[in-house]
Amino acid sequence: MTMKTILAGATIAASLSTTAFADDPTKVGFVYVGPVGDGGWTYEHDQGRLAVEEAFGDAVETVYVENVPEGADAERVLQQMALGGADLIFTTSFGYMDPTINVAEKFPDVMFEHATGYKMADNVSVYSARFYEGRAVQGHIAGQMTESNVIGYIGSFPIPEVIRGINSAYIHAKAVNPDVEFKIVWAYTWFDPAKEAEAATVLIEQGADVILQHTDSTAPQAAAQAAGNVVTFGQASDMAEFGPFPRVSSIIDNWAPYYIARTQAVIDGTWESTNTWDGIGAGMVGIGEITDAVPAEVKASAEALRDSLASGEYHAFTGPLNKQDGTAWLAEGETADDGTLAGMNFYVEGLTGEIPQ
Amino acid sequence: MITLEKRSQPSRVWAFAAPVMAVVLTMLCGGLLFAALGKSPVETIRTIFFDPLFSEFAWFYRPQLLIKGAPLVLIAIGLSFGFRAGIWNIGAEGQYIVGAICGAAVGLAFYPTESIFIFPLMIVAGILGGTLWALIPGILKVKFDTNEILVSLMLVYVAEQLLASMALGALRNPDGMGFPGSRNLAKYDSASSWISENAGMHWGVVLAFVAVIFAYVTLSRHLFGFQVRLAGQSPRAARFGGVNPQALVLICMAISGGLAGAAGLFEVAGPAGQISIDFNVGYGFTAIIVAFLGRLHPIGILLAAGLMALTYIGGEIAQSNLGLPGAAIQLMQGMLLFFLLMVDVLSNYRLRLGKKAIV
Repeated sequence: MTMKTILAGATIAASLSTTAFADDPTKVGFVYVGPVGDGGWTYEHDQGRLAVEEAFGDAVETVYVENVPEGADAERVLQQMALGGADLIFTTSFGYMDPTINVAEKFPDVMFEHATGYKMADNVSVYSARFYEGRAVQGHIAGQMTESNVIGYIGSFPIPEVIRGINSAYIHAKAVNPDVEFKIVWAYTWFDPAKEAEAATVLIEQGADVILQHTDSTAPQAAAQAAGNVVTFGQASDMAEFGPFPRVSSIIDNWAPYYIARTQAVIDGTWESTNTWDGIGAGMVGIGEITDAVPAEVKASAEALRDSLASGEYHAFTGPLNKQDGTAWLAEGETADDGTLAGMNFYVEGLTGEIPQ
Repeated sequence: MITLEKRSQPSRVWAFAAPVMAVVLTMLCGGLLFAALGKSPVETIRTIFFDPLFSEFAWFYRPQLLIKGAPLVLIAIGLSFGFRAGIWNIGAEGQYIVGAICGAAVGLAFYPTESIFIFPLMIVAGILGGTLWALIPGILKVKFDTNEILVSLMLVYVAEQLLASMALGALRNPDGMGFPGSRNLAKYDSASSWISENAGMHWGVVLAFVAVIFAYVTLSRHLFGFQVRLAGQSPRAARFGGVNPQALVLICMAISGGLAGAAGLFEVAGPAGQISIDFNVGYGFTAIIVAFLGRLHPIGILLAAGLMALTYIGGEIAQSNLGLPGAAIQLMQGMLLFFLLMVDVLSNYRLRLGKKAIV
């Protein structure tokens, strides 16, 4: 061994030991698509971040950047966080998928967690929640609450996650009310209070007396409140301030346990690339309190449905189910596999209209 | 008593001093705002305006300034021609989108063939797409005397719908498992606009610098530049001077649309990589601010675009390092334009103290 290599080895060892000795807190970064005050999607991710801070105290430092557009800007923000010394970065919107993969390639020592996507790498995990389980409970209540038999649905983007939710809500509304009809409006945004309010108003004018939303703001709740006799459900966050009416229940995203577990894994050095898709059972999806505006027997059956979804004894997509064009999809008693659900790009039989192409 | 007195000639000194003063005022008031939010104003201002250029990681941020600034320069240069002539194209965002769609469509049509002819063809398609989209309000104005501000702005929303439909339909990645968004052009060698990703160089950056020089020469040395300036300052004199106002509308719309389309193409083939539903992030609107901040002058626009890029990138650093809310950064960017408009009064008016204005 020459002197040079020995010296080089010593330098590397020295630099390694400094990193090991430095009791720097573990740095966890979060990239948000909306503002932390949206009251919905981003708000709940930020609650998860705060839970991480609370759980680890000084051992962990968290940073976040909000309102990051999906695309070239996201890539820069991610790279900047990695340069800033982040050890673990959560990218919390579907559109961050390619930027996350690109930046992860450049920083193999930084761990990435991408929400709702499907591209993985050695240092990129994906995670999402089975929101469609919550949609099943929502559809079950909505189908019985509607008097006009018209349920309005504000879709964000026609991607599988949203289509899954529409199908699940429809199947369970139809099961309790065969006359129910869904009207779907695509807002092409995750967060735009003005557009969301407009969509809600249009649906109400078309006779909808229940509004389901897959967008992140509370604007549709406010529009329903103004209309007076329209039922809504909190989306992503409890939105309890609109209860007990119009908001009669909600789907709550609870990211805190996952964020804490993944941060712990990084601290312990046991982090591995994983694909997590948890539902009501694991606590990632919560059903917000069903208010007294809902008749007691409906509330009881909704809670029973929730519990059977949680225990795994019932699957939200159980046959017999046909696709919209009438072709058979699931046979009697058959349940949908995760692959089909992940890429779901078709409506089930009975839904009208077309998925925008 | 302070009164305003109109200057007979706009002040040349203030024309240059106003943007500088607007930046200084923004730093001061921004500092107050940050102090009110409980952050150190000096540290925050330093993070936003200096860290991207001189910090430890400046090697990463400097190239990012080029990436963020290039589309702003391209679009603002195009807009400056029309704005000088009193032709208000507010819809550059839409032309940017259509340019990106047309350029990307050509590239994707050839996938996976490799050839050096593909990228030039994409540029042509991008420029053509933007130009044609801008000519819609242009032709409507010439033929039916419609308001180009309204028509061009409304066409932005049409373009956004077109973009969504392309990302979900015709241009969707067939291998994308049903998710919206096209193939990644930056990963397709013949269609990529990158020259060096680490240096922040793509062909759009090169073209932005070329556009600055081209605009400078045209406006100061060429008859067309003279006609543009004349039409803006005195439409009647321009008509007597042989300017065809209808042709001028079409040419100015075409220039701004073409450059916006080119900016869209370079963005989609490089930094953004793919046509996605929310591919556009507002460059077309920000460029309007850049054009005015730069006094509609090519060199001024170059500097203004650099400054805007700086506040974006510095703003992100401030968010992530200092925990500043995103809205505070946007507020500060808004202040910049606000103060510019305010200080601009001084180039046309003189402040008089203690005297009543003579009516």
